[in-house]
This record gives sequence, structure tokens and C-alpha cells, in this order.
Amino acid sequence: MKKRSHILMGIAALLPLLLFVFPLWKITLEAPQYPTPLGMYIHINDFSDANPHDIKNINLMNHYVGMKYIPEAIPEFKIFPAGIIITTILGLLIAWKGNYKWFLSWAVLMVLLSSAGLYDFYLWEHDYGHDLDPKAILKFTNPDGSIMGFQPPLFGSKDILNFKAHSYPRLGAYSLGLGIAVGFLAYYIGKKEKMNELKEMS
Amino acid sequence: MKKLTLIGAALLGIAALLTACKDSGASSNGALAYSAAEKVYVSPGEHDEFYAFISGGFSGQLSVYGLPSGRLFKVIPVFSQDAEKAWGYNEETKPMLNTSHGFIPWDDSHHPDISQTNGELDGRFVFINGNNTPRIAKVDLSVFETTEIIEIPNSAGNHSSAFVTENTEYVVAGTRFSVPVPQRDMPINEYKGNFKGSLSFISVDPEDGGMDLAFQVLMPGFDYDLAHPGRGASHGWMFFSTYNSEEASTLMEVNSSQNDKDFIAAVNWKKAEEYIAEGKFTAMPTNYAHNVYDEETHTATSTMKKEVRVLDASELPGLVYLLPTPKSPHGCDVDPTGEYIVGNGKLSADLTVHSFSKMIDAIENEKFDGDAYGIPILKFEDVLGGTVKQAGLGPLHTEFDAEGNGYTTFFISSEVVKWKVGTWEVIDRQPCYYSVGHGMIPGGNSRKPFGKYFVAMNKITKDRYLPTGPEVTQSAQLYDISGEKMQLLLDFPTVGEPHYAAGIDASLVKERSKKIFSLSENKHKYATTSDADVRIERNGKEVHIYMTMIRSHFNPDNIEGIKVGDKVYFHVTNLEQDYDVPHGVSMIGANTSELLIMPGQTETFVWEPKQVGVWPFYCTDFCSALHQEMQGYVRVSPANSDIPLSWSLGE
Repeated sequence: MKKRSHILMGIAALLPLLLFVFPLWKITLEAPQYPTPLGMYIHINDFSDANPHDIKNINLMNHYVGMKYIPEAIPEFKIFPAGIIITTILGLLIAWKGNYKWFLSWAVLMVLLSSAGLYDFYLWEHDYGHDLDPKAILKFTNPDGSIMGFQPPLFGSKDILNFKAHSYPRLGAYSLGLGIAVGFLAYYIGKKEKMNELKEMS
Repeated sequence: MKKLTLIGAALLGIAALLTACKDSGASSNGALAYSAAEKVYVSPGEHDEFYAFISGGFSGQLSVYGLPSGRLFKVIPVFSQDAEKAWGYNEETKPMLNTSHGFIPWDDSHHPDISQTNGELDGRFVFINGNNTPRIAKVDLSVFETTEIIEIPNSAGNHSSAFVTENTEYVVAGTRFSVPVPQRDMPINEYKGNFKGSLSFISVDPEDGGMDLAFQVLMPGFDYDLAHPGRGASHGWMFFSTYNSEEASTLMEVNSSQNDKDFIAAVNWKKAEEYIAEGKFTAMPTNYAHNVYDEETHTATSTMKKEVRVLDASELPGLVYLLPTPKSPHGCDVDPTGEYIVGNGKLSADLTVHSFSKMIDAIENEKFDGDAYGIPILKFEDVLGGTVKQAGLGPLHTEFDAEGNGYTTFFISSEVVKWKVGTWEVIDRQPCYYSVGHGMIPGGNSRKPFGKYFVAMNKITKDRYLPTGPEVTQSAQLYDISGEKMQLLLDFPTVGEPHYAAGIDASLVKERSKKIFSLSENKHKYATTSDADVRIERNGKEVHIYMTMIRSHFNPDNIEGIKVGDKVYFHVTNLEQDYDVPHGVSMIGANTSELLIMPGQTETFVWEPKQVGVWPFYCTDFCSALHQEMQGYVRVSPANSDIPLSWSLGE
């Protein structure tokens, strides 16, 4: 009979797999002439339209200000899935063989990796919003004279010219977050179980 | 003195009363006007409750309005060329206007009718007749475009059309003018007994809506004016009004108005199906065009058909019965239950209403009053359901609400009259401005009318709007019929003569309305679905340009190597896949219209350059912030030049 903490750790390790089912993030662009807003889902291995042809239409909008087309594929689409699969296997091994201290290590590792992922996402967004074609049709400057960028927010809502951009995590990201939280919980419960064991022994 | 005071007091009293009357009159008028305005006001960004499809009569088109606002949304080109939409101008739609008489760029569009399932409007298609060169068109309400036109042989003045049966089994098309069938060279004054009328039944495929001329019923040489289908118990029958049972061929206004009664012809089309199945038809050689527009190839094809199956009503018992109906009936309208058939005797003051159950009884008991060319005439008294007496002058058409009331238009007395089906009593009457023709209640030709509004389509407008010279606007009027009394709410101008209309609850149509054409499903022969496929091919003097358009450029936009005397086909594909981003294109000196191309669609125009030079083309529909930059050049060299074909974008 496995202990509760180990079962929890197993669940923690499996939860991030939902990233392969549900999107990680969603960026939505609202404007008066888009009564149905344009939207893009970011999956762990893909970009997809919120409504048919949205990415094509976002690209068409963005080319006016010199932004690059949203790529079909980025290296992250290979790295992130591999990372999730590896950490899931690692988590399951730990759930099976490891002790509660390992649970903590796994959760901390996941926090670090997720933060790195978010930072990478931020860098991509920054590049996407700032590395503009010098022959852009429309050029805008900030009040201080610098070239205006069009980076969507990492988290939250922001006005970009005639658009209001929203950027929020979706079910995939919540699954990952929940997995990490359950990892910490497994550690906490595992620690209590260990102390109870020690008490009974003494 | 006392007397004087009394008189003075009385006068004051009367004056006060008069003032009070005047005041209350003014305020009630004011309140009335206010409520009428509120009833037709649709706030910005809000949608109307009903679609109204109002034919354009001699404009040859079908216009789409919203009710109750009366706002015009679209003019759907059907039988007439439309330069705005390139209908009949671009290579794709020219075949739609092909007939056995060749390309005909105009017709007279009269009676739209919406497809039905189980006697209720289903919002899939609108059918409409071309009167002059007999044709039936089908408008697909997923795209609001004409997708099929079938020519009707052995017909002339295709007027008692295009009415659908309860499950859209058939669209009927009856001839107004009888003619020699088959056509031949003969003296006009030998009309009587020699000319024939044809009533055509066009089957509609339940799956894809494809039309096929299933059979024709050959009738005596009367004029067949209007028609309506039976429903419920009378499903399986189609009723046609007739005039000119005198079979006159000259000075018709007098000579065809002599008989006290003409007929409503009741056609048992279920019986006709049996006769067809038994092979009791004649396969008559003929020639008519069947034109189909394919949504995936974005292209129409025209096929000539060579034969039609004809059933002779004089020879085949039980196929047709004639119901005597006073004074040249125009509208022939069936109430929602299917029991009553209203003959709107247009030269009469009364409305004659036949009873379907009495008709069946008269047929079963052979209560005949002679025959016409072998077709039994039923005894008038034995089929009469009732008469709406002295309702007005010149009844033309009756529509029905869901509460058991009929609403009849009276052309001569210029009014709409509400009456009770069954008791035949007149309930209310309201004037029309002026000379109303047909009327329309949404769903009025079905088992389940939506009611609420009545649209009067007027023949004369005169002073109702700001004048625009001798030719003034055409006009319709909207009445609220939700109460006991009708209330005039709105006058609204229409495109072309508002001849006849069909209305439907918007919710049955708008969800199915397409936003774009999918580029991945574009099977046009000359489609260019990616920039990689952009090219120009020369075949002798024929040049094909495979061009794309997307915000905000053409690809290619610089073309060289075209020569005077070439025939240049611009096959232009709109690569957009966003809602409401059409692009247009036009070329200086092209002897045709612009193209207006929807997202994902391909269209073609032909340009035959006659002058050496460098000639621009440009986008005609304001598409984007860079619309004005959406332009290109074609270099035209002399006919003997050896400049090779070349094309580019952004080089």
C-alpha cells in the first residue's frame, strides 16, 4: 500500500501532461471593426486560431506596422514537450521510489523550468513586438521619440494602437500550476507522514 | 340681457369644447406618430426581426430588406446584369443569363417564394420567376446569390410562378400568355382552340436543391395568372387563377373581360405523378437552358435540354378541375389551413372563396357544369365556401395571419382590408398610398404565418416623397397588424417596382449566412490560391493572368509583354479569409464591369487592349488603409513587338 504522499506525487507528475490537450496561453485582440475578436491559442507544441483564419488575419494586420509573421513553428515546440515528458517520467519515478524530499526537489525544478519557459515566451514576444521591418508601412513613435513597439502583454491587458490586447493563461497552464502545487502538497504530507512514523517508532 | 348672457355662455362652452377637441386630437396624433416611430426603429447595430425579399419587377432583381425598419441590405442580381457585382459581366456568371434565345441581360422578376418543409418556411432558398423570357431562378440563402436558373419551354409570360409546394417538392411555373405548343408559324386570329397554356412543375432535390423540369400540364389557351399550393388536406393540389377564358387575342382589355366568370384551375399533381409513372406523357422535343452556378468552382455552366414530358389535361381524367370564379381573378391564395382558396376577382367588388372539402365532394359526386376542352367545370354553388361582400374595389391578392384573418389588397380603391376567414365579415380597412398591388405578411404563404406586419407594395407613389423628376421612387408601406385595427407605420422606398414579396423570421436565415468562401475549397479552373502559383500564360493571342489580391496589393502588379490585339483574361483570386474584406478590380479600357471578389473567391474579366501604352488597374472596393495604393500597371506593346511576357511584385 503506497502512502498518500506518493499517490499525490504521481498525480502531480501526471497533471502537466494535460498541456498536450489544452492550450497554455491565449492572446486576444479586440478592436471596434472586429466584433468577433481575433485570437490565438499557444499550445505547448503549436499556435492555433481561436476562430478560423485568425492567425492569418493577425499577420495581415501586423504587417502594416512591420511585425514579422507568426511563425508556423518555433524550436520551443520541440523543447517544451520534451521537457514536460522528461519531468513527468522523473516525477513518476520519484513517486514510485523517492522520498518526500525528492518531491520538493521536483516541485522546485518545475518552478524553475516554468519560469524559464515564461521568460523565453517574454523574449519571443519582445522580439515579435520590437524587431520591426524598417520598411514598415506605418511607423509610430512614443512620446519620447523612441520607436513604438507592439509587444503584447505577458500577462494582463494592454492598449496597442486601435487594439486592446489580452494575454492570459489557459487550462494547460493551470494544469501545470496545479501539478506543481500538488507536488509541494505531496512534499508537505510526505513530511508529516515521516514525522508520524518517527513518532510511532519512538 | 339674460338671454344674451346665456347665448354667450353657450358659445364659450362650444368654443372650449372645440379647443379641447382640437387639443386632444393633436396630442393623440402626436402619441400615435410617436408609437409608429418606435415600432419601426431598430437601434444602430441591432438587427431587424424579419427579412423581406421584395422583387424588383422590371428591374429583374430581388432586394433584401429588414422589417420593421424597411432598411435595404442587398440587391441580389437575378435576371438582370449588375455592373456593381459583375453579375452577367464576368466570365463566371455570363452563362447564368443564357437562354434558348441566346444571352438575355434582363428580365421582369415577379414572385419570390421561400422554400418550405412540412408547410413551414425553412429559409433555405428563394425561388423567383422571370416573366418575359420564361425562367425560374433559385437564390441560395446561405450566400444570398442566384445559384440556378432554368428556362421554361412552351411558356410565354411566365407569371403564375414561382410558388413552392409544402415540402418544396415542386416550384410551379404557369404561362400567362398561351402560345402555339410547340411554337410554329400560324395566323394569330386562329388562336382559339389552337393556342395552349402550359403549367410547369419543376422538382427540387431535397438534398442540394437542384432543379429539374419534371413535367408540364398542357391546358386550354387561357391566361394563367397566379398560383398557390394546397397545404394540409389540400397538399398535392396546386391552384392557378385564369383570365381570358374567352381565348381572345386582340384588344384584350375588352375582349378578355366579357365572361362573367373565369376559372381557378385545380391541378392534382399527385395524380400527375401517377400518370408520369404510368408513362401517360408525351416526350416533346424542345430546347431550353439550364444554368447552374457551382459554389466551389465559383463558375456557372449552361446546358441545353432537348425534351420535356407533357401531360395533356384534356386527355387525362382527374388531373385538372375548373372552379368558376368571377371577374378575371388575379391572386389565387390558400389560407393556412389549406381549406379555403381565395379568388381575388380583380374586376369585382367581392372576394370569392372556394372550399377545398366542397371541391372534393363535388368531384366525387360529379357535380359538373359542363367542361372546357374535356376538363370538368365544377358547379360554382357547390364549391363556394363563402363571399367577402363589397369589401372594396379591385381585389388583387390575399395574405393571411396566424389568427384566422385574411388581408386583401384592393388596387382600385387603394386599400388593404382585413376580414375574418369563415365568417367573411370585414373587420378593418386602411388606405394605401397609392394603388396597392400585392401584399405580404411574413410566412403568409405557409401553414404558420409569422404575422405581426403587413407590407403593401404600391404601384403609384406620386407625392409621398421628395420629387425626383417625372420618375419618382417606388414605394412600399408597412402596417402593424398585431391589433384588431391595422396601423400604418412606415413608407419605405424600394429598388425597382416592389411587385411581390416573401418574408421570414430572420433567425431562420441569418445563422446560416456564410461569412467567407474557404480558399482551400476553391476549385475554380483558374484559381491562384497561393502567391507561389502566380503566373501568366500565353496561348497565341490569348493571355491568362493568374493573379492574387490581398491587403493591400495585387500579385503581380507589374506586367509586361502584352500586345495590342491580345485577349487578356484576368483571373483574380481574393486570398483574404476575413469577414467582409472583398476586393475589387478594374482595368482602364476594359469593355466590361469591375469585379467585386469575396474572400476566397476567383473571378475573371476580359480586357482587349487596343492602344499601346502603360495602363493601370486598381482595387475598386475600399478594402484597407492602403486601399489607395492597391494598384498596378500593364505595359501594352505593338502587335509585332517581341517583348517577352514578364510579371513581378515589389521588384
